[in-house]
Amino acid sequence: MAALDDVVAPKAKRKLTGYWLILPGAVWLLIFFVVPFYSLVASSLFDPKGSPLTGYDMTFHFQNFWDAIDKYKGQIWRSLWYAGVATLLCLVVGYVLAYAIAFKAGRWKNLMLVLVIAPFFTSFLLRTLSWQLILSDDGWVTSLARSTHFIDLLQVVGLVDGDRLLATQFAVIAGLTYNFLPFMVLPLYASLEKVDPRLIEAAGDLYASPMRGFFKVTFPLSLPGVVAGTLLTFIPAAGDYVNATLLGNTNTRMVGNSIQSLFTSQGDYAAAGALSVILMVIIVAAVMLYVRTAGTEDLV
Amino acid sequence: MTTARRWIGDHLVLGLGILVLAYTFVPIAIVVLMSFNDSSKSRNVYKFQEFTLENWLHPGQWADGMGSSVWLSIQIAFCATLVATILGTLAAFALTRHRFAGRSAANVIIFLPMASPEIVMGSSLLSLFVAAGFGGSLGFVTILIAHVMFCLSFVIVTVKARLSGLNDNLEQAAMDLYATEAQTFWRVTFPLVLPGIIGAALLSFSLSFDDFIITNLNAGQSVTFPMFVYGANQRGVPMEVNVIGTAMFVISIAIVLGNEVVRRRQAKTLAG
Repeated sequence: MAALDDVVAPKAKRKLTGYWLILPGAVWLLIFFVVPFYSLVASSLFDPKGSPLTGYDMTFHFQNFWDAIDKYKGQIWRSLWYAGVATLLCLVVGYVLAYAIAFKAGRWKNLMLVLVIAPFFTSFLLRTLSWQLILSDDGWVTSLARSTHFIDLLQVVGLVDGDRLLATQFAVIAGLTYNFLPFMVLPLYASLEKVDPRLIEAAGDLYASPMRGFFKVTFPLSLPGVVAGTLLTFIPAAGDYVNATLLGNTNTRMVGNSIQSLFTSQGDYAAAGALSVILMVIIVAAVMLYVRTAGTEDLV
Repeated sequence: MTTARRWIGDHLVLGLGILVLAYTFVPIAIVVLMSFNDSSKSRNVYKFQEFTLENWLHPGQWADGMGSSVWLSIQIAFCATLVATILGTLAAFALTRHRFAGRSAANVIIFLPMASPEIVMGSSLLSLFVAAGFGGSLGFVTILIAHVMFCLSFVIVTVKARLSGLNDNLEQAAMDLYATEAQTFWRVTFPLVLPGIIGAALLSFSLSFDDFIITNLNAGQSVTFPMFVYGANQRGVPMEVNVIGTAMFVISIAIVLGNEVVRRRQAKTLAG
């Protein structure tokens, strides 16, 4: 590339061209992605006595945060818990798929990769609605779960209350797992594909069982993908509220539900802003802690 | 013995992988199935009742407000795709072909929207619009601004991947044969990157058409297709929505496959 650049343009001009090319996109992201965070933090400190009609006074009302935590700790906790379980399930299921594509698919690799993203081409909401039908009370999934006593197991764990699957915590977690699976598979595949198969063979030659070879060689080498995949699954899942609304009940509301209704129907911008900031802070803190423990720096 | 076990081991993983893929397609199959469902008897239950072609054949009888929501979503997705693809492609060229100060900062800012929860991005944008005095005029323009914002990162990443995978031999050859800079770009570079740009545009269109969380916060009185579906869930979902879902899926897959065929033909011509 460097050689080409030298042919194409002298140094000074090259520098300027780069700036001009990136300027429009960068400005758009600065104004409509970075600056809004400032507005959000500002609105989280508004005097809660205002309203969208009368306007809000900026009073640096830090109490908003404590009020929001106090009032919505259930929703915050549920979001993290549901997203965490869904991420774990995605990791297990997604790893199998990513591994199959990377090592076993042969000439079907490209086709399988297209199929992984294909679900994105139908509406996310319609796919989630389909789960209402799959998990419906008289559907075969529910009757199978009843006859195998899987539903009793879920009851013991506390994921369902009665003998139905729909409108339970189980359904919300299942929906989240389904919807965010591709976000797990793609980064996992990207890092598994880079694993040199000769290393796995070498482990076999040195009398490691396939299991041991996997856990000592393949899995550690795929860790960057595991970290990226879990983040790309956990973050949107924690902020999602569509699954909680369409597949859950009034006791499965997540923090997204509260932020959404505070903004749109209740018009309480101060509380909504505070709750949004809290979600963002929790996520950033969790990500930093996680990335530090997992020890991967080459994420971006 | 070991070879037999190995065969099973190999195919077991592949089989499980295919099973996982099949699972991701179950809801899509249901969307297609439900597009042929006659729900005229009871609208409140989301289940298959009777086969009909009505939903497909008579768009005129679609539920109130659905047609206009689809049209609004198409308009927004079209405009958002156009703007995001142009700005994103330029940025991708800048990031792969040019060295300038602040490049790594730019990479971080591009990565962040893909890793932020939509609800936070949406509420931040709403706070900005309200603070700037546009709280009362939320609608087409504010939705468009939001969509371009979150599509941009995906366009940049997609085009960048295509660009950095390009070998510059052909460009060198064009230059050696006395092509001007512009000729080299339009005759060699651009056609090679085009499949990546088309892929990025398709991705933008589906992301924009499908977005609910950010849109819902910044839409004001406008109703996009996903907002219509979400609202309909409370009253009983009309089966026609699945016609849109199915059509969207079929068209996207057709474009993806077409793009792939063109890419392969191109690769063949280049190789031969």
